[in-house]
Amino acid sequence: MTDYSIQERSLQPTSARVEHPLIETARMFAGNRAALSGLAMLFIIVVVSLAGPWFYPTDPFEMVWSPFSPPGAKGFLLGTDYLGRDLLAQIIHGGRATLAVGCAAALLSVFIGITFGALSGFYRGWIEETLMRITEFFQVLPTLLFSMVLVALFGASLGMITFAIGIVSWTGVARITRAEFLKIRELEYVTAARSSGASNTNLIFRVILPNSLPPIIVQAALLIGFAILFEAGLSFLGLSDANVMSWGAIMGNNRPYILLHGFTIMYPGLAIFLTVLSISLIGDGLNDALNPKLRNR
Amino acid sequence: MTALLSVKNLTVEFTTRDGIAPVIDDLSFDLAPGETLSLVGESGCGKSMTALAIMGLIPSPPGRVASGSISLAGENLLQASETRMRAVRGNEISMVFQEPMTSLNPVFTVGEQIGETLRRHQGLTRRQAKALSIEMLDAVQIPLPARRINDYPHQLSGGMRQRVMIAIALACRPKVLIADEPTTALDVTVQAQIFDLMRAVGKETEAAIILITHDMGSVAEMAERVVVMYAGRKIEEGYVDDILTRPRHPYTRGLIACVPHLLETVSAERPYLQEIPGMVPPLSDFGFMGCLFAPRCDRVETLCWQEKPKVTQITPSQSAACWNLQDAKVRVDA
Amino acid sequence: MPDTPVESTTLLTLQDVEVSFTLKRSSLFAKPSLLRAVDGVTLSVRKGQTMGIVGESGSGKTTLALAVARLLPVARGQIHMNGVDLLSLRGEALRNERRHMQFIFQDPYSSLNPRLRAEKIVREPLDWLSIESTSRRDDRVRELFDQVGLRRDQQRLFPHQFSGGQRQRIGIARAIASNPSLVICDEPVSALDVGVQAQILNLLRRLQEELGLTYVFISHDLGVIQHMCDTIAVMYMGKILEEADRESLFNTPKHPYTQALLSAVPSADLNRRNRERRIMISGDPPNPIHLPPGCRFASRCPRVEDRCRVDTPPLVDIDRHHRVACHLVKAAG
Repeated sequence: MTDYSIQERSLQPTSARVEHPLIETARMFAGNRAALSGLAMLFIIVVVSLAGPWFYPTDPFEMVWSPFSPPGAKGFLLGTDYLGRDLLAQIIHGGRATLAVGCAAALLSVFIGITFGALSGFYRGWIEETLMRITEFFQVLPTLLFSMVLVALFGASLGMITFAIGIVSWTGVARITRAEFLKIRELEYVTAARSSGASNTNLIFRVILPNSLPPIIVQAALLIGFAILFEAGLSFLGLSDANVMSWGAIMGNNRPYILLHGFTIMYPGLAIFLTVLSISLIGDGLNDALNPKLRNR
Repeated sequence: MTALLSVKNLTVEFTTRDGIAPVIDDLSFDLAPGETLSLVGESGCGKSMTALAIMGLIPSPPGRVASGSISLAGENLLQASETRMRAVRGNEISMVFQEPMTSLNPVFTVGEQIGETLRRHQGLTRRQAKALSIEMLDAVQIPLPARRINDYPHQLSGGMRQRVMIAIALACRPKVLIADEPTTALDVTVQAQIFDLMRAVGKETEAAIILITHDMGSVAEMAERVVVMYAGRKIEEGYVDDILTRPRHPYTRGLIACVPHLLETVSAERPYLQEIPGMVPPLSDFGFMGCLFAPRCDRVETLCWQEKPKVTQITPSQSAACWNLQDAKVRVDA
Repeated sequence: MPDTPVESTTLLTLQDVEVSFTLKRSSLFAKPSLLRAVDGVTLSVRKGQTMGIVGESGSGKTTLALAVARLLPVARGQIHMNGVDLLSLRGEALRNERRHMQFIFQDPYSSLNPRLRAEKIVREPLDWLSIESTSRRDDRVRELFDQVGLRRDQQRLFPHQFSGGQRQRIGIARAIASNPSLVICDEPVSALDVGVQAQILNLLRRLQEELGLTYVFISHDLGVIQHMCDTIAVMYMGKILEEADRESLFNTPKHPYTQALLSAVPSADLNRRNRERRIMISGDPPNPIHLPPGCRFASRCPRVEDRCRVDTPPLVDIDRHHRVACHLVKAAG
């Protein structure tokens, strides 16, 4: 029996499988148990937050029982808060706002960060100088203080809180984007695209940006977690939208009673902890899956 | 002729995803004292792996010497202890690598790096080692050696660094010097200097040299004998002049003819180059039972697909492994 | 061929081209130093021919290539192609001119965008420059794959699924996609395995014949230059030291540097090896930032004289199609 298949491999040496890099990334990610459990956890959290209010329609603002009822009392699984409101309802209803603020703030900071990073990494001269100075200004700003001032000045609406978080957290994305741009700009395929007639806009958005996305995606995932924590921090200090229930707001409301009735803080805290943990696990998994150096087999 | 270094039926296997692949397959050759032998082939043919096997540096896992022997002056290095091999490396057999920047340690001065080798292998004192280091730098024609020993690698040019590498390699007067593509990263004028130097210093220290290269020009320039390798197997061996004028294996022929050489006189005529189609097969095919060159060969026959070619002794010094040997003079320009 | 009348239409002319880089200051008060990577190069390239530029590392050959393609800023001088003043073009006008001059890069790995399929890489010049109708572009890509010897079923693969030689074929297909008149090849085979080099060199020559391309061919490999080029310029430290047609340059090199360079090439031609008297040049090229006056090669020249260290020799005609910049070589007439 003669094996001629070697001929094909020697003369037309290409792997026959057409595999998109994304599929490869997905396979790497699927092989990461921690990341997968993070993804499952986040999925449950998101589903409960989005669909939960229909299945558990108790109004989170309604005083249903006596304050500080311990968990399990009178059918209230997690007990009630300092005004006698159902804690479980608050957590289920508060997930939407928390996740929304987290995602929106992360999106905002990724948008600002990519804009600043891309422009300052692509163009030389005064554009780069100006943008870098602005970035440095925001880097040295005491973030918590600055956002507290913003919220205090312009009112604690959900939108304002989102903006305040986004505006203080984009410098990391800008730094990463700029570093990627500086690196990729020097690669020959960018020069090749330029010599094939690509305009600057094309070079930035069609050539360099897609190739610099992996670390930005990881950073964006982690930013969601950061924004959720930040929102909780602001709420804990009392800077939350009084008309909207969020996990941070629950903690902020019950803060004076933390020593006597710890569970009122613990349950929303646990929700935040699990959410941020699952996002971190996913971010970590993405980091490994998107890193070509770890992808050798 | 008694061999100084003798490689017999060496087989090195690598464990890959697709199974076990023989990266070196039944390789045998001898190296006489003071001789320069060249290993030639494309990348991925097992030249560098042969060098690593001789040095006892096959990365393991995934690599493993499956069978065969490598003997240096009668001593089988494959059975030597790790302590013994450490004493052999850099002392009796030493190596010069392709990239002189990455093979020198950037945080030590040139003098410290030569001195370190001397102190470890020869038991010299610091002062003796320094004196000898200066002498070695002088021997590799580095100007102002007494000052240069205090330089760090990044302060030297590429050619200078390769000279330092040769100085380190030759410091202990090894019996065998293995040079793995020593001039590939250098300019031609510097390459000529390094070749000159290797010839002169090799002669002076009576070291035998194994030159690993892909360039037939360098082979013609430097070596007396040549071993042509393809996909882990030796496919032809002989004296350089014989191989260059009368290569018998189609691959050797192709290697010579596919490169545009500088000729004695350049004429207006410019024929197309003879191509070797395709490329070296992937590692997973190395265990193939037929001839590994068959897919790229223009003289392929049915037998080539079925059986591993046996070695034909053409003259006492020249042999080739091919089922369909060719006998025609080769023109380097055609 | 010497007997056939030389087609003398000039496609590209370079007049006194200079490219310089400002280097970072070593300290706050130091003057920023200027590196003249290409210093006063004058050349002309005839249509359908191959102009070879040969030199060692640091000679400025790649810088010159990038400058001609307007991928690096030119400090001084003039470049005309087909009557168009390339250096006066800005913005959109420059971008549109790019369809006439394309570039083949040395490294087949870093010069292809890893996130794009092969067909998209080849198609990009057509997209960027709006060449042909959108529907015709797919046909054109298929045609290009055929032309460079790639299979159509390989179109949808990604760069990492190809071998080095095949990647270079993709790079070549991209370069000829816009039907350019000039293709600048920057060391197109030096990153490839010896067995594959011949495939690419033959392909480049075949395409030149089929499409009437003009090449500027950069290489450090004199064998390759000899094989590919009609006219050759030898560069050293940013200057052209000698320029001649292929036969004159290789058979009767005049400049001491060219002679040394040619004699340094190890040859598999035993006749040449035995005949060759090796002209050794010692040392390394001088520091390009603090160049001494006079001839750039003076510090390594085996035949150096006093005047070489004072005056820079001009590039003068010594014969038809043979120019040399050396005090020791007599000018024509």
